[in-house]
Amino acid sequence: MSEYFKDIGRTIVTSYYSMWVAFKHLFTRSVTLQYPTVKMEMPERTRARLFNKIEDCIGCGQCARVCPTDCIDIQTEKRGKEEPEIFASDGTAIKLRTYVFDIDMTLCCYCALCVFPCPTLCLVMTPAYEYSVYDKRDHVYHFAVDKPLTAKATKEPQSTKA
Amino acid sequence: MESIRQLLQMIPRFGELPQSFQIFCALLASCVVILVLALVCVLYLVWMERKVSAHMQDRLGPMYVGGWHGWAQTIADALKLLLKEDIIPAEADGLLYRVAPVLVFVAAFAATAVLPFGAQSIVTDLNIGVLYVVAITSLSVVGIIMAGWASNNKYALYGGMRGAAQIVSYEIPAAVAIMTVVILVGSLSMQDIVRAQLGGIHRWFLFRNPFTFGAFFVYFICSLAEVNRTPFDIPEAESELVAGYHTEYSGMRFAFFYLAEYVNMIVVAGVATTLFLGGWSQVLPARWGPQLIPGPVMFTAKVIALIFVQMWLRWALPRLRVDQLMYVCWKVMLPFAFVLLLGSGFLAVYWK
Repeated sequence: MSEYFKDIGRTIVTSYYSMWVAFKHLFTRSVTLQYPTVKMEMPERTRARLFNKIEDCIGCGQCARVCPTDCIDIQTEKRGKEEPEIFASDGTAIKLRTYVFDIDMTLCCYCALCVFPCPTLCLVMTPAYEYSVYDKRDHVYHFAVDKPLTAKATKEPQSTKA
Repeated sequence: MESIRQLLQMIPRFGELPQSFQIFCALLASCVVILVLALVCVLYLVWMERKVSAHMQDRLGPMYVGGWHGWAQTIADALKLLLKEDIIPAEADGLLYRVAPVLVFVAAFAATAVLPFGAQSIVTDLNIGVLYVVAITSLSVVGIIMAGWASNNKYALYGGMRGAAQIVSYEIPAAVAIMTVVILVGSLSMQDIVRAQLGGIHRWFLFRNPFTFGAFFVYFICSLAEVNRTPFDIPEAESELVAGYHTEYSGMRFAFFYLAEYVNMIVVAGVATTLFLGGWSQVLPARWGPQLIPGPVMFTAKVIALIFVQMWLRWALPRLRVDQLMYVCWKVMLPFAFVLLLGSGFLAVYWK
């Protein structure tokens, strides 16, 4: 019999305690960030979209070799002896003309394994994470600016096959 | 209703029509007024529930629709529900499926006809007001069982059965708690009960008498079970039965169940304020001078306070299992309600 009343007493006490906690939380600051108007501060070395500074790229292909999902497609040809010598910003001579440098961000797994082997540190991961597109082919980023000059380089680069 | 009848007298030649027709028109007009008022109230109650639940959970709730804290969110939701496709399961029992939401809605709305908003602001002051409310709110049981059965879905049927069992069981301690007050007043009419509490906060039944103080808590908890609010929301528990008896309803039919739940909350809070918190009476004792706050404002403020407590309880307490729910009703609420009724009866007879 006393169990019955003790149970009722315990119910009432614990219910009041829960109500007090809920009431207290009514006045605590909300943790919601109202996203499009307020964006969260991304930490310093956030890994999001890749960016390649093509003026520094020597076309070595180390990043494409190490990528676990093969999202980087690089095609190069040797620069001719009559062309002027060009250098990257840290002084490395650029011997290859990179005419295709495509990164398919739909394949990228954001592991950043491609950033470390780059000899001139031109490939970096930026904190840009808002890049939704309507067509999945727009997720392939073409960084190369040079055009191929030799005859054999006329086949289509691989990444544009959707 | 009387004030609306006087308003209608301003129409030329209205006074020449037969008396019964005048009363009929006045009643129709008051019903339309209260229907519109209750619907607008429900819109804002849904918004209030979303904001209150959000802030209790450390989040913000609707912020976008309509500008300031998303006040137009429910209007947008209502429009969306109106535009949704009306899906009726192929094997569902046609007539029952269509009638069930209407029945639940009508049961909830019809009970708002006797809520005393002010000294003359009541649709109709029935001399059996309290009995009418208890009887009409039980009609929703039929609607719930119909919805569960006609959905042709065994989980909806479970939800409907449990809901019906819960509502029917909890009506008994609720009615006994109501009788605790009715014995002291001597009348079932809502306005008489409010008039017995006029004169200040010490005259409210909540504070006048230890038996009615307990009866308030018994009535309030039983009313939570009547409207299927947490902690008693097994019939519509989201994680247990998908959505219980209204799983198979979409669009406006679902909106009917949802609106009916909120109107039920208003009715039950209205009955609790009439019986225990003094209805439209003022807070300050009468001898401290004239009262400035009009009756309907007082009533609405008390009802909103009680509804806030209902919403607060939803987010403070976990859901009860069905057997625990039945244990609470038959083994805790009912004995307490009877003891309080006995005490109240003694007081009514020997403490004149």
